[in-house]
Amino acid sequence: MSKCKEDIYFARDPEITWEDVEVLSKHTLNGAKVLLDVMAEEGVEIVFGYPGGALLAVYDALLDSPIKHVLPRHEQTAVHAADAYARVSGKVGVCMATSGPGAANMVTGIANAYMDSVPLVIITGQVPTHLLGTDSFQEVDITGMTLPITKHSYLVKNAKDIPRIVKEAFYIAGTGRPGPVLIDLPKNVMAEEVHDPRPPKIALKSYKYFSKGNAGQIEEAAKALAQSKKPVVYAGGGVITSGAEQVLQELIEKANIPVVTTLMGIGSVPAKHPNYLGMVGMHGTITANLAVNDCDLLIAVGVRFDDRVTSGLKHKFATKAKIIHIDIDPAEIGKVVKAHIPIVGDARLVLEDLLQKVTPLEISPWWEQLRAWAKQYPLSYEQDGRLNPQTILKAMGEIGGENAIVCTDVGQHQMWAAQFYPVTGGRKFITSAGLGTMGFGFPAAIGAQFAKPDSLVFLVTGDGSFQMSIQELATTVQYELPIKIILMNNGVLGMVKQLQKMFCNERFSQIQLHANPDFVKVAEAYGVKGLRIESPEQVDVVLKEAIETPGPVLVDCHISPDEIVLPTLPPGKTITDILEGRE
Amino acid sequence: MLHTLAVLVENNPGVLARISGLFARRAYNIYSLTVCQTENPSLSLMTIVVEGDSQVIEQVTKQLHKQVVVHKVSNLTNEAVVDRELALIRVKVRAETRLEVLQTVDVFRGRVVDMGRSNLTIELTGDEDKINAFIRTMRPYGIQELVRTGKIAIARSDN
Ligand SMILES: Cc1ncc(C[n+]2csc(CCOP(=O)(O)OP(=O)(O)O)c2C)c(N)n1
Repeated sequence: MSKCKEDIYFARDPEITWEDVEVLSKHTLNGAKVLLDVMAEEGVEIVFGYPGGALLAVYDALLDSPIKHVLPRHEQTAVHAADAYARVSGKVGVCMATSGPGAANMVTGIANAYMDSVPLVIITGQVPTHLLGTDSFQEVDITGMTLPITKHSYLVKNAKDIPRIVKEAFYIAGTGRPGPVLIDLPKNVMAEEVHDPRPPKIALKSYKYFSKGNAGQIEEAAKALAQSKKPVVYAGGGVITSGAEQVLQELIEKANIPVVTTLMGIGSVPAKHPNYLGMVGMHGTITANLAVNDCDLLIAVGVRFDDRVTSGLKHKFATKAKIIHIDIDPAEIGKVVKAHIPIVGDARLVLEDLLQKVTPLEISPWWEQLRAWAKQYPLSYEQDGRLNPQTILKAMGEIGGENAIVCTDVGQHQMWAAQFYPVTGGRKFITSAGLGTMGFGFPAAIGAQFAKPDSLVFLVTGDGSFQMSIQELATTVQYELPIKIILMNNGVLGMVKQLQKMFCNERFSQIQLHANPDFVKVAEAYGVKGLRIESPEQVDVVLKEAIETPGPVLVDCHISPDEIVLPTLPPGKTITDILEGRE
Repeated sequence: MLHTLAVLVENNPGVLARISGLFARRAYNIYSLTVCQTENPSLSLMTIVVEGDSQVIEQVTKQLHKQVVVHKVSNLTNEAVVDRELALIRVKVRAETRLEVLQTVDVFRGRVVDMGRSNLTIELTGDEDKINAFIRTMRPYGIQELVRTGKIAIARSDN
């Protein structure tokens, strides 16, 4: 073994030397090997991680493991990649990082997954148990730091517990309302010998989750629906997580009900479905917001009445409606808005039961009203010959085809994508919704491409967000990921500029991205093909070229810094406040 | 309104932080909290007195249930329960007040556990009201130090 930096690191810990780890990892079944073995048995094919001293044993064991390891260029991006891999594949995503700075770098990624209920298992290295709590080199209390943003976490003290804990972690992460589960593994525990690597049967007495909904409540819901004259389905991420897209579509078609979605719910019905009224909330369509405001029955499925939907006005939200709230997490029911008919259960199973009980509704006056609104208030944008982001997004939808996956960053471009990209189904629109994490998009596209190697993966990003993860250009090249990066380059932090325009009297502060690089040149420096779109005429041609070019491509789209996202429903205002001029 | 929750949790390191952290970040007000082992050494019982209306308590209960380390949550507020606190109180006494204080201690069924030249240390158990009443009675003499546990509670047997 050649001398490396880690030798110095290990030398600080008198009880374990690098030689020990090496010997242990070669000749016995140690904690690190068992960790990987149990993960492989759990069906893990890929891990996104970044090595370091505390994980030497795991990285050593990886050399003999069937699990593929991907090396993004930052621990935060490793978590985001695993997160998007989970969202696209429906499996539990796995990521890992070393102790201290590695673990701390993951925090934003973990919070992001927690907010959007994404199943992840996060492995962190930790200092040896006898040094815990002594402020030793690269020690952070990662289980403590992530308590509020994990579904559960473990600090492993004995290697013999590894098989059980790993099995439990995957079970907890992936069942019920999914979420991130962290396993903190001290270095000595990973080097310790394990005599019995077989995990025991799951025996978690205190962990339960619901699946089927209560039959009586579903009956109540069906009755309420039969009596409703103005129903609306409000569909969220839970629909996609539970795989309820198909049954939702059958339900709305059978009963003739309109649907709105949250940002997380985009794709739960195809964008072009005639019953789809668009996204609801702050940047949703006026029709969707009016429909929720005016409906007499709101069927909320896999949603959490987030303040981006309710404008933070829970007492003014859907006030005329009886509310049916279907969610797998009992704590979501009644958290923000009181539900008249709560149904705790898996969205797909509940909707399947409900589907049996519904009959077609005769609600043509409601549909007439909705169509009139849709005609009066379409999603629109100025087409004055300059290059609009909306034009690009629509063209991407047409050229990219049914199976393309769109990953977004955070900002105006994200909202335009949510509004204008025609998403055809679940798990095809990947976005940081609850946390709104700039820098999520690029690693998400990487995770998505690993989950679906044969699909076309678009990244829609902004020049601000992209520069928070720009180093991932190397990852796309290293793993030959043919991601098509659509960079909405406006030279500003557009969304903040828009907020300052609307709420700060156009007193612009720190939103200019001076000294932006030439992104085409940056791409080329990494070995990624760079293209440019500067006028609307170039859109189709350049997008086609990008898609036809093998490998990753960056398309630098020069859009105006003055574009704004419309409609905008400011926090604290209802849709009627806005339409009736009560600003 | 104050609610008393009996929360049966795993007896592991970090569990207290997990539960108290949950209360802190969701802005629930803990009035008192006691933790003790149960007859099953792998479980601990937390008795948490928390302030809030019925909607808040419903959320607290649901959020507690979501924790993997929580086995059971019982709301004892409207149940028939026996609840107790323990207080240790050091009261100033002078020659002419000593007897008076000792008589009051007797009335409250307290016990003197330590005696100094000019003070008495009294142990008192009882429900919260009784302890509050005793403290009020002692205040005029001068309370030098006071410690009290939070509430512990047990449901009355049905027979
Ligand atoms: C990590 C992080 N920091 C700050 C913000 C606040 N923020 C929201 S949108 C935005 C601007 C995004 O700019 P850009 O990526 O260029 O997209 P645009 O809005 O111009 O389309 C900022 C700074 C955030 N969401 N995430």
